[in-house]
Amino acid sequence: MIKLEHLVKQYQNQRALDDVSVTFEDNQSTVIVGPSGSGKSTLLRTIDLLTHPDSGTMQIDDITVDFTKEISRKTVRAIRRKSGMVFQNWNLFPHLTVLQNITEAPRTVLKQSKAAAESRAYELLQSVGLAEYAAQYPTQLSGGQQQRISICRALAMGPEFLLLDEPTSALDPELETQVLRILEEIAAKGQAMVVVTHNMEFARLVADKIVFVEDGQVLFAGPVTEFFTTENQRIQNFLAGLSLA
Amino acid sequence: MTSLPELVAAGIKFTIPLAIISFAFGLVIAVITALIKLARPRGNALVKGAWSVLVAIAYFYVWLFRSTPLLVQLFIIFFGLPNLGVQMPAFTAAVITFSLNTGAYASENIRGALLSIPQDQWEAAETLGFTQSQTLFKIIFPQAIRIALPTLSNEFIGLVKDTSLASSITILEMFTVSQQITAKNYEPLLMYCLVAALYAILCSILSILQHYLEKRTSRYIKRGEN
Repeated sequence: MIKLEHLVKQYQNQRALDDVSVTFEDNQSTVIVGPSGSGKSTLLRTIDLLTHPDSGTMQIDDITVDFTKEISRKTVRAIRRKSGMVFQNWNLFPHLTVLQNITEAPRTVLKQSKAAAESRAYELLQSVGLAEYAAQYPTQLSGGQQQRISICRALAMGPEFLLLDEPTSALDPELETQVLRILEEIAAKGQAMVVVTHNMEFARLVADKIVFVEDGQVLFAGPVTEFFTTENQRIQNFLAGLSLA
Repeated sequence: MTSLPELVAAGIKFTIPLAIISFAFGLVIAVITALIKLARPRGNALVKGAWSVLVAIAYFYVWLFRSTPLLVQLFIIFFGLPNLGVQMPAFTAAVITFSLNTGAYASENIRGALLSIPQDQWEAAETLGFTQSQTLFKIIFPQAIRIALPTLSNEFIGLVKDTSLASSITILEMFTVSQQITAKNYEPLLMYCLVAALYAILCSILSILQHYLEKRTSRYIKRGEN
């Protein structure tokens, strides 16, 4: 379980996190939604310590960090062992082949043997339907394919939590659907995920829990069914604003 | 034309080793200097204070060697330092001077190449659990090398020609030998053109090598891009 409490992050003209407290459960998918610039990504990036809030605490299993203090490298590594990150622009390593992109971290960080890392990588590639691209370089593939590979790269480290920062925002609708289907399958296997997304259909289908963020504050955190039937006027307006009907 | 073997021998014995050894040391110095300028170490005030002294030294070093002529640097190290009791063979003095000079220029090339790798690559590696040095060696350097290759090749080719300055501190490299032969056969035009041709051949080989390395390190770039 990830437990965030009283997070505050002040940028020059903007409070990205304004006393945010929220928990993410094991084996569940949580979807973070909200308008652009609401602090969703800041919240997600905090979990992987890519963003350092000014204050607040985070607890992941038995590790607790206090953001007012400097976090030791050991703690940073321990936390990153528990989570895997998927970026909006996938950020694959361009100089490595698809296979090497997936095996590099297990071999370097987990000291896995080449054979073990590669056989796991092929399994993952198979599961996203890209095994035949193992020897290619990322730039030879489409955005949707690259994003599916970056999901494999993150999963190869066996993270407790898979964190996804707007994983389909840079893709056209067809490719987006391909990536979302993969995520749906991964979620169905019980992989805990925290996903920042604008795709409400995905939220409705896959999420166990929804967190709605606006102006750095959590306005809603609860089961997905409650979210879509909430009386909260602001959330109703937000949902109405996304629909053509 | 009987002098050609002598010139080639001087090239193999002095010019080429001088250039290769100096460039290798220069590269190491350049990488260290670039990293000192770029790194922002974590830690207490003492660590940060010590680092800012290193940074100041790095800036001073690059300024010093880029702002003074190579020949003057060579003279100071070989003829000047003995006054301070620091004496060394001519070849050592030449290697030290050329290494430091190349290091100063190349450090800026390498710093630029490292800065051109998007921050995203650092983040992606970090979140996978790579340490900083693992990220640097496995993710950042391999990409930066491709960017730095053309400018570093320039440095190397420049250095090969600059080794001729070592003639002024008694090293028997190609240009020195061509001068000695000229003194005997009174054929300056022939001799100096001959030695010029030899430098040109060496540099052409390096250009071909550069082309090959650029192709090799750019395998992963999509055609039409870059």
